[in-house]
Amino acid sequence: MDKMQCTCGHVNPPGTVLCESCGRSLTEVEQNKKLVDMRYEGTARRSQTYNKSIIDKIWNFFSSVKVGVSIIVALLVSAAVGTILPQEQYVAVPVRSDAALEAYYSDVYGSIGKVYYFLGFNDLYNSFWFIALVGMLAISLIVASLDRFVPLYRSLKNQRVLRHSSFMNKQRIYAEGSAAPDSMEKAEAKLKELKYKVSTDKNGLLAEKGRFSRWGPYVNHIGLIIFLFGVMLRMMPGFYVDETLWIREGETRAIPEAPGYTLENKGFDVETYTGENEEAKFGEALDRVGTVVKNYQTDVVLYKKPEDALPGETNLETVKEYPIRVNQPLKFDGYAVYQMDFKKDELKTMTFALTNKATSESLGNMTIDLINPEKEYTFDDGSVVKLLGYYPDFSGFENGEPQTKTPLPNNPGFLIEMKTPETPNGETSFITIQNTVEPFGDNDYKLAFQSVETRDVSGLTVRKDRTLPILGLGGLIFMIGVAQGMYFNHRRFWIQQTADGEIMLAGHTNKNWFGLKKDLDQVKEYAALPAYTDQQEEIEKLEKEEAELTS
Amino acid sequence: MNEKTNKKKRNRLFMRTAILLMLVAAIGYTIYNSATADDVSLLEVGDDAPNFALQDLDGKQHKLSDYRGQGVFLNFWGTWCEPCKKEMPAMDRQFNAYKDQGVHVLAVNIAQSNFEVQSFSDQFKLSFPIVIDKTKDVMTAYNIRPLPTTVLVNPEGKIERIITGEMTEEDIKGYMESIKPE
Repeated sequence: MDKMQCTCGHVNPPGTVLCESCGRSLTEVEQNKKLVDMRYEGTARRSQTYNKSIIDKIWNFFSSVKVGVSIIVALLVSAAVGTILPQEQYVAVPVRSDAALEAYYSDVYGSIGKVYYFLGFNDLYNSFWFIALVGMLAISLIVASLDRFVPLYRSLKNQRVLRHSSFMNKQRIYAEGSAAPDSMEKAEAKLKELKYKVSTDKNGLLAEKGRFSRWGPYVNHIGLIIFLFGVMLRMMPGFYVDETLWIREGETRAIPEAPGYTLENKGFDVETYTGENEEAKFGEALDRVGTVVKNYQTDVVLYKKPEDALPGETNLETVKEYPIRVNQPLKFDGYAVYQMDFKKDELKTMTFALTNKATSESLGNMTIDLINPEKEYTFDDGSVVKLLGYYPDFSGFENGEPQTKTPLPNNPGFLIEMKTPETPNGETSFITIQNTVEPFGDNDYKLAFQSVETRDVSGLTVRKDRTLPILGLGGLIFMIGVAQGMYFNHRRFWIQQTADGEIMLAGHTNKNWFGLKKDLDQVKEYAALPAYTDQQEEIEKLEKEEAELTS
Repeated sequence: MNEKTNKKKRNRLFMRTAILLMLVAAIGYTIYNSATADDVSLLEVGDDAPNFALQDLDGKQHKLSDYRGQGVFLNFWGTWCEPCKKEMPAMDRQFNAYKDQGVHVLAVNIAQSNFEVQSFSDQFKLSFPIVIDKTKDVMTAYNIRPLPTTVLVNPEGKIERIITGEMTEEDIKGYMESIKPE
């Protein structure tokens, strides 16, 4: 493409629509239009002008708004697909492995789940292609903005006051006619009063207001880029922690991803509305909907180890005690621990009575702590129950050997030996819930189940997010850009007085033509300018009439 | 004029290349990070094995640093884990073969009760020390996910190798050989 020389002598970059200097239309298409295309001030978008090396080709690809919109649509569609089935981090599988996840998706969701997993949608938002799409959006934002911002900035910065009449009379707002000799001065005074910046040159003036509104979209894009940068930082180690910690009542656990910190669960509680006393006003509502939870709370103690302490050492220092409630996380050192989930009533202890099977006479009770069982349980009369084996989550026998499938007391099994004064040689028995096996023949004694105690499990989320200020800044800049572009307009008037006293006037704004006309009405009245027409409206009116005639 | 334009063009090409390269690098790095996020073995072969102090069943404290100068076969396990159970007897046999050659076995149980660990140890007549990670602190520090996981620590205290999953007796023998002091 060649440089384009205007009849005024100015040399324009290839692809320019309106001469940068005088505003004459440079292309034939443009010359035949009734109104000029003022987008980007008629400058050449840089991407359309150079198309040489491979870098330029890539650049031009991303500069295209069509490509940008396609990327956004692709992102929206894939983000939506990711919500059809739960993502893998929200799926409850006992042991996290690819095989377990695959089985989960096909078991729970059938063939759809199978396909979903096969296509990798189970972890869609972390897939390379999704991140690549977001990255392409970032490239598109930056490249497209640069390609448009730079020429627009240059063109607005180097605006000429005097424009060619063909530029003026193709503006949407246009007026021409005779006026008083002092019209120019009066117009200038009034425009200044209306807070326009006025520059004059020979017989003409240019009044301008709110140019910064033109930068709105670019400010907006800067905000988005900062936001995306913040999201990118989340993937770097140390910036973002989002871990789940299941902690049982009475347990003390190291906090994941928070080295040196340990948490103890003192107790978990779910409180519901009673509908009594001061809650009586809720009575009616409670009758209607049933139980309503008032509070989920885990009472915790936070411990910190001294700086030089080793993992596993138990010299913990109490930092604080705190009741973690929904939306009232435990906060420390940039971390926040939230109440997220719970499981009620996991087995904690089981109480049995050592009972003579024939007489049903009890020799007393024993309580087995399922979390920390003892080896022996002695009774007042000298009887002893010895625990030979403990299987917290009994899952059957293998080669005659009882098995446990998890370390949690979901289905406790005990292999015990009972010695009483009557049976000094001991009797062996294998006990599970509601089932007793006596492997060496009939016993005289049995452990009769009495009661259980349970404990709750609290599901906490450990979160740290060092990217929040960056995301906030990005969001703020984004909003500033939106406000800048939406609530302010760039208004301009060009006025020229020819030697014979005729006035030529053109007006342009990027939005809110009504506001522009209101300004012009005031100027016109004060300076006695010729009446103006809205040429866009004229054209529309004509087209409408033509359409009516032909129909 | 022409020279000026050429220079301008060159600059533009340079700028465009720089901007695109920077963005592609940022995206590449992000994808890399996300791909490796699942197995953030904070620990890698060649790192210093994090020191720890845990108590065994007799209440005796074992520090990893006590074994400096010797190879340490660090095995994380639980009684419910089937492959852990299978490899224990082999580990014990190889421990007895190598303990005089400066290779130690330290089995770290994940937060189970003394009773369970003791009866397991008795059942398999294990002769190496077993410590219990009551608060899962060491497990967190070593970022242990599946059980069993075995971390081979060489006499210099560096991680020689990380093995997840069940090992055969041949494997164990080879691993012990690899961390034997010179």
